[in-house]
Amino acid sequence: MRPRPEPVQVIKERRDAALAKLVGGIPYVAFLGIRFERRGDELTATLPYSDMLIGNPVLPALHGGVTAAFLETTAIIELSWSRLWSEVEAKRIDPQALDATRMPRMPKTIDFTVDYLRSGLPRDAYARARINRSGRRYASVHVEAWQDNRDRLFAQATGHFLMPQAPDG
Amino acid sequence: MTERLAEIARQFIEAIPHARALRLSLETIGAGEAEIVMPYDARLVGDPATGVIHGGAVSTLMDTCSGAAVMAHASAPAGTATLDLRIDYMRPAAPGKSIRARATCYHVTRSIAFVRAEAHDGEADTPVASATGAFTLERAERPE
Repeated sequence: MRPRPEPVQVIKERRDAALAKLVGGIPYVAFLGIRFERRGDELTATLPYSDMLIGNPVLPALHGGVTAAFLETTAIIELSWSRLWSEVEAKRIDPQALDATRMPRMPKTIDFTVDYLRSGLPRDAYARARINRSGRRYASVHVEAWQDNRDRLFAQATGHFLMPQAPDG
Repeated sequence: MTERLAEIARQFIEAIPHARALRLSLETIGAGEAEIVMPYDARLVGDPATGVIHGGAVSTLMDTCSGAAVMAHASAPAGTATLDLRIDYMRPAAPGKSIRARATCYHVTRSIAFVRAEAHDGEADTPVASATGAFTLERAERPE
């Protein structure tokens, strides 16, 4: 007979705590106001509209740099989360014990290419990342961002990342 | 020409809310070139373990500087928007140091501007990052 599964609330709390620790420790994520929602291991990033995100006040439109930053942040969090998820699920990491000094190292961006499809409207934006390849050292990630309609992307991006190496190699 | 460039410089500081939020300052502009400085700011840190500025803030600096270079091109564009921007990160920016971006709009067609940019932190000869981008080019209405 297999062991009784943990109560759903215990599992949810552990996963949500891990995500909150991962995202909450990054000042720039708070500066832009980016939030992450979780369904199982799937993340959706939200960039809530704020006047300070505007790059073209005449249109008005979101700053192209903000769009790039939103996509890059989504890619980095997705990569870190995918690693953290397996550690937390295997109970090798206790999310309650994580703090700024004991977080898993972040991946480093090697390159990032943003494709601007239409101007970012002055309203909330959403993004999801897909890890196309994740090796021991390198990862390739694709990110899509939309606003009103999931099928009408306003930007997409592809980036390569250097994955943090375990201290013992 | 000089008046137009001075006006662009003023607009970059005053009219772009997100450039203000990052406290960007446009140092030089003219003939398809621009130079913008982003001071170090703890709010922009991407990795709390190292204090290194997030790549996204560097992207914004590069994008803003590239757009300024397009606006400063001799063809006197009426407006521009980013079509595509690629950033290569050579090394982390030194914590505590401001980052200086220089962009050159090296070619324009009727409707497209091509730009190269580099970001330096003054710590080494190697740039922190380099960028290449394609921008839309809105031509001013021809006067009658």
